[in-house]
Amino acid sequence: MKTFKLGGIHPSENKFSAKQAIKTAPIPAQAVIMLGQCLGAPSTPLVAKGDEVKVGTLLAKPSGFVSTSVHASVSGKVLKIEDVVDASGYKRAAIVIDVAGDEWEPSIDRSPAIVKEITATKEEIIAKVAEFGIVGLGGATFPTHIKLTPPPGKIAEVLLINAVECEPYLTSDHQLMLEKGEEILVGVRLLMKAIGVSKAIIGIENNKPDAIELLSRIAQQYSEIEICPLKVQYPQGGEKQLIDATIGRQVPSGTLPIEVGAVVQNVGTAFAVYEAVQKNKPLFERIITVTGKSVKKPANLLARIGTPLSELIDFCGGLPDDTGKVIGGGPMMGKALTTLSVPMTKGSSGLLIMPSLEAERGKMNNCIRCAKCVSVCPMGLEPFLLMSLSEQEIADWATAEQQHIMDCVECGSCSYTCPSNRPLLDYIRLGKNKVGGIIRSRK
Amino acid sequence: MSKLIVSPSPHVHSGDSVSKNMYGVLIALVPALLASLYFFGVGALIVSMVAVVSCVVFEYLIQRFILKYKTTVSDGSAILTGLLLAFNLPSNLPVWIIIIGSLVAIGVGKLSFGGLGNNLFNPALVGRVFLLISFPVQMTSWPVPLGFDTAYIDAQTGATALAMMKNHFGTLPSTSDMLFGQMGGSLGEVSGIALLIGFAFLLFRKIISWHIPVSIFVTVAVMTGLMHWANPQEYASPIAHLFTGGLMLGAIFMATDYVTSPMSKKGMIIFGVGIGVITVCIRVFAAFPEGVSFAILIMNAFTPLINKYVKPKRYGEVIKK
Repeated sequence: MKTFKLGGIHPSENKFSAKQAIKTAPIPAQAVIMLGQCLGAPSTPLVAKGDEVKVGTLLAKPSGFVSTSVHASVSGKVLKIEDVVDASGYKRAAIVIDVAGDEWEPSIDRSPAIVKEITATKEEIIAKVAEFGIVGLGGATFPTHIKLTPPPGKIAEVLLINAVECEPYLTSDHQLMLEKGEEILVGVRLLMKAIGVSKAIIGIENNKPDAIELLSRIAQQYSEIEICPLKVQYPQGGEKQLIDATIGRQVPSGTLPIEVGAVVQNVGTAFAVYEAVQKNKPLFERIITVTGKSVKKPANLLARIGTPLSELIDFCGGLPDDTGKVIGGGPMMGKALTTLSVPMTKGSSGLLIMPSLEAERGKMNNCIRCAKCVSVCPMGLEPFLLMSLSEQEIADWATAEQQHIMDCVECGSCSYTCPSNRPLLDYIRLGKNKVGGIIRSRK
Repeated sequence: MSKLIVSPSPHVHSGDSVSKNMYGVLIALVPALLASLYFFGVGALIVSMVAVVSCVVFEYLIQRFILKYKTTVSDGSAILTGLLLAFNLPSNLPVWIIIIGSLVAIGVGKLSFGGLGNNLFNPALVGRVFLLISFPVQMTSWPVPLGFDTAYIDAQTGATALAMMKNHFGTLPSTSDMLFGQMGGSLGEVSGIALLIGFAFLLFRKIISWHIPVSIFVTVAVMTGLMHWANPQEYASPIAHLFTGGLMLGAIFMATDYVTSPMSKKGMIIFGVGIGVITVCIRVFAAFPEGVSFAILIMNAFTPLINKYVKPKRYGEVIKK
């Protein structure tokens, strides 16, 4: 069984919502659509208070190179544009729409037919992906069209589809594969055409044998698509780890996957690309897992962007009494939310509700130098050292940089494994922030 | 629900803890403890009990009344230091000497550096070597293993296999006696089989990795093997070297002490090879018949240097094919 070479952990999987058929979440009475829907700059609004919008109407355009288009996920009237608290805990600009009915833009193909034939050219595919606001749906939300245009001089050799879903609890990608396998493979072929490669590998963790079997069967009609089962090991779905596991290449420090000829896209993104190109549908809804040990009805929901997360929780049986923490995303890399009014965004892959007993961190002790953080680090770093360099009174950023602090992918394996409960990743993040600032100031 | 807890990721933890690791090592020491009771009878029990209790009491008293901070005795590390110290002592050692050894191990070896995690040298070995230098007679009178008949006071004593090997006298124990532990020596070190069972447990529970013990075993086996092959009359066989003296105990339980051994796999192998080389050199060429304790302490001193210069293999270090 293929896997990445360095480090890794195996946390309890807790996939309570596995094999729960995708349910459509109710449309909210008021949708709150963040202008920042991607990793880059927030988009520039094109609508004003009082404007009527339909589902799929363009609300905001990109404000720079790394930015994206934002579309209405509901029909109704623009109520206001105001700052609301988002998943990061900060207040950021959002368009608030009062919902009336559910009227879609007529250009969207709502028929259930699967369109397998690809007629769009390479350029048309990339244009459509940009126009319809497709971003990486694994959680990083990097605008997809930028990844589809490799920088000059770099040649893509292979498309890797990240269907690993190594985060515990989350099952949205798994369920999407089970229900939309044909569409996903069309999306994969669209992506291949867009980047001009003749080979694609879909990496799936081996805890989803049904998805592996189904996609392998569908892929028989496409000789250029290979399904690659991967060992259940976190962070198998880390971009760099996936490249190592599937094609045995390692991305050199400080460079992008294209350096080793790889372009990595999430399986959910492939589906979104299918819908954009073949069905003319902008990205305004996605699958989100709502789960947790005390959640009454853990589910995989098809929900509109802008739905307040509290409404999704209500739909899944309400907030459990023992709730201590609500996490946007999975338990390893997700963000703890400060309020439940946070709206769903394009990056919302999961909503995890943790009982308070599990939500608090254990008491921190001295580092006993057991080296467990070193042996689990998938990047081959020394987390204990990076923490102590960041933690000491006169922090040593120069040494931290020499010790490759910027290579950290923030997977959290070190903090997860530390027997002394040391907040290794907290301090490494602090260090990365400082060192990143120092590196930028040199340019 | 009143308030939401907010903290950075990761939001889950393995549940591993310092005490789980310490008690895990203690469980791994149980077979050797039982073997020591079988071979050395009541003396093994007395020495072990005195060392464990006095280490725990000293840790508590020093932390509570001298350093004045919350005591950490519950993490199990003082119990472990006590038991390891006992394992390195002859089973007829007077109680007062054991108490002095415990005080040095905990007070000097551990707490004077800032407690668990900050000590440079293995505390049990600091205590043991202090006693060896201060009380050479008592520390090198080895009761003959007569099972439950072995007396604590005025025990019948004899030489260790290593002393016989060094000075070419007496009849070496048979190979099976060496493996099972029917020979003179410190109470916890004699039974290689019992120690190897503990090693298997430590590996199975992923408390330690194989790198340090195996690199010590291989180094000692290769070096003594070559000498034995060149001159079997002068030099003992590798099996005799591996299964006598403190080699098994030291390699599996003392050299692998988290705090005082290197962090990277490469560093661990260098550390293990260093211990193997120094041990063989002391055993074969120096005045002492046994050198595992000294070898580990010397390599402990090199650990910070190894950590500084030997780094783990990084992702992306190998340039693409």
